[in-house]
Amino acid sequence: MEVIDIIKPENQVFSKTCLMTDANLSYCPGCGHGTAHNLAMEVIDEMGIVEDTIGVAPVGCSVLAYDFMNIDITQAAHGRAPALATAISRTWPNKYVFTYQGDGDLAAIGTAETIHACNRGENIVIIFVNNGIYGMTGGQMAPTTLPGMRTSTSPFGREIETMGSPLKITELIANLPGTYYVTRQAVHTHKHVRKAKKAIKTAFTNTRLKKGLSFVEIVSNCNSGWKMDPNDSNIWMEENMFPYFPLGDIKVKGKLKQLS
Amino acid sequence: MSELRLMKGNEALAEATIRAGADAYFGYPITPQSEVIEYLMTQRPEKRTGMLVLQAESEIAAINMVYGAASTGKRAMTSSSSPGISLKLEGISYLAGAELPAVIVNVVRGGPGLGTIQPSQADYFQSVKGGGHGDYRLYVLAPASVQEMADFVDDAFEIAFKYRAPVLILSDGLIGQMMEKVVLKDQKDRMPDEEIIEKYGNWATTGKKGRERNIVTSLDLQPEKMEARVHRLLKKYEQMEKEDLRYEKIDCDDAQYLIVAYGSSARISQKAVQLGREKGIKVGLLRPITLFPFPKQPLFELANQVKGILSVELNAGQMVEDVKLAVNCKIPVAHFGRTGGIIHTPEEILEALEQKIIKNGSN
Repeated sequence: MEVIDIIKPENQVFSKTCLMTDANLSYCPGCGHGTAHNLAMEVIDEMGIVEDTIGVAPVGCSVLAYDFMNIDITQAAHGRAPALATAISRTWPNKYVFTYQGDGDLAAIGTAETIHACNRGENIVIIFVNNGIYGMTGGQMAPTTLPGMRTSTSPFGREIETMGSPLKITELIANLPGTYYVTRQAVHTHKHVRKAKKAIKTAFTNTRLKKGLSFVEIVSNCNSGWKMDPNDSNIWMEENMFPYFPLGDIKVKGKLKQLS
Repeated sequence: MSELRLMKGNEALAEATIRAGADAYFGYPITPQSEVIEYLMTQRPEKRTGMLVLQAESEIAAINMVYGAASTGKRAMTSSSSPGISLKLEGISYLAGAELPAVIVNVVRGGPGLGTIQPSQADYFQSVKGGGHGDYRLYVLAPASVQEMADFVDDAFEIAFKYRAPVLILSDGLIGQMMEKVVLKDQKDRMPDEEIIEKYGNWATTGKKGRERNIVTSLDLQPEKMEARVHRLLKKYEQMEKEDLRYEKIDCDDAQYLIVAYGSSARISQKAVQLGREKGIKVGLLRPITLFPFPKQPLFELANQVKGILSVELNAGQMVEDVKLAVNCKIPVAHFGRTGGIIHTPEEILEALEQKIIKNGSN
C-alpha cells in the first residue's frame, strides 16, 4: 500500500497549515522555535486573518522567520520590532500586527522599544521566545540567563554580583497599565503546546477586539546553546527555567493575576 | 489654495509635510528642530488629513517606526538634529538596504558629541558618504531658504517613492530657526489604503491577499544575492545622478572665480558674490541643491573657465573634498569655514576668496 492510499481525507487527523512554507527549518533539531512558529501560523490560519496579518521578525535565531512563515513579514533591526509594529498598527488600525522576538532582541537591546510599546498599549501581539541564551551568535549570555548558568560569555556561570540577575521582563511589562494580556507558556509537551496555542489565539483575538497589547512569552529550550541533547534540555528547562520563569497567565483582561 | 505665510523653517517643513499628504511622522525632541513635532502636534493632523504624529521614546524608535510604516507603503517621515541623526543611522542603513521609501530631516547643529545647538554643516560627510554601515547612499536635498524647507518635503517623498530609497533633507539650525515668507502649496490627498495595496503590492507588507507573500528585509546570507542587492542599489544611485541632480548657478556666466556653497552658506555666499562684483571681482556661485548626487559635471566644466574655487561651509572642510574630486585638481580649490556655531559673514567670505584664491596666484 502506498502512502498516498493511506492519506485520505477521512483518515486525516492533522494537516500542516499552509501558512508554514516547505522550507527546511534552520533551527537545531529539538529547538522549540519551529513549534512556536507553527502555533502562530496555525492560529492565523484558523482565524482566517492572513490577508490582514503583518508580522515583524527580529534579529537572532528567528531572523529568518520569514523563510518559514508564509505571510507578509518585515524583518526589523535588532530589538526594534515593537517600534515597527507600533507604526504598522497605527497606520493600519484594522490589521493584525505581531512581533516574534527572542530574549536578546526583546529584553536586552530592545528593552526600551518593548517597554514603551507596552506602555502605550499598542494594539499588537508580541510573541517572546525566552531560552536564556543567545543562540544565533553561538551561545552567549542573555538577559534571561539563569544565575550560575554557563555560556560562552559567562564561562564560569552567570555571576549575579557582576552580571546582574535574570531580567523578568514579562512581569515588568505586566505591571504597565498599557498591557492587556500577559502570559507565560511553553511548547515542549503536547499539553503545553495546546495551552500555548490557546494563549496565542487569545492574543490575536484581543487585537481583533482592539483591546491593546497582548504579550505571550514562550519559555523554550536551546539544546545547542545549553550543550545538552534535546530531551535533557527539556528536563533541565522544567527543573531550572520554570522555577525562575513560572508558567501561566500573569495578566488577563488588563488585570494582574495573583501570583502563587 | 496656495497660501503666503511668515514662518520658521522648521514650521514650514512641518506644515508642508501635512500638505504633502504624508501618512505619518515620528519624532523625538532635540534642539534646534523641536518645532517640527511641536507644530505638528498643534495642527491635529489626524483631524486635518488623518496623518499620524507620534512622539517616540527615542530617535532610534522613531526611525524604526518610519521603517515599519514605510515597509507597508505609507509615506513616513522623521526629523532630528545631528546627535539624534547619529542614533538613527542604524535605521537609515536598514531603510537603504531593505529598499524602503522614507524621508529623514536633519536640522544640523555643531559637533562632534553634544557639540552645540548653533547652526552647522558638519554632518556633510555623514550625509553623503554613508554614515551608517554598508554600501549605500542617501539622496540628499539641501534647502537654502524657508521656502525650500517647505518645497523639498514633497520633492523628497516623490524621489523616495520613485527609487524606493530613503531621502535626506539636510537643513541646518539657521534655516530651521529663521523666519521668512513662504508660499505653501495646496493640500495633497493622502493615498487611500486600497490604492497603496494596489500600487505597492509588489513589495509592501500590507497583508497577503490575492498574491504571494511579501518580505521586507535587508538580509541576504547568500553572497551572490547580497551582491545583486548592492548592484541594484548602485543602479539607483547612477539613475539619480542622470535624472535627479539639482544645482543652481548664480553669476557664473562670466565668472573668473567660483564659490561653491549649499544651504545657509549659499545664502551668505550670494551676498559675498554681490560684494565681490561691486569691487570688480568676477565671482560666481554654484549651489548644489542635491549633495548626493553631487554636481560633478557642472563643476568640471566650470573648472575650464574659472581660475580657482572656494568651498564655503559651516564646518572644518568637508564638501571641499568632493569639489577637488570634481575638478580633478585642475585648478586651485580652497576651503573657508567657521565652526562652533559661528556663522561666516559675507565680508569674511570675500576676504577668504581674495586671500586663499585670488592672491595665491591662481591666474
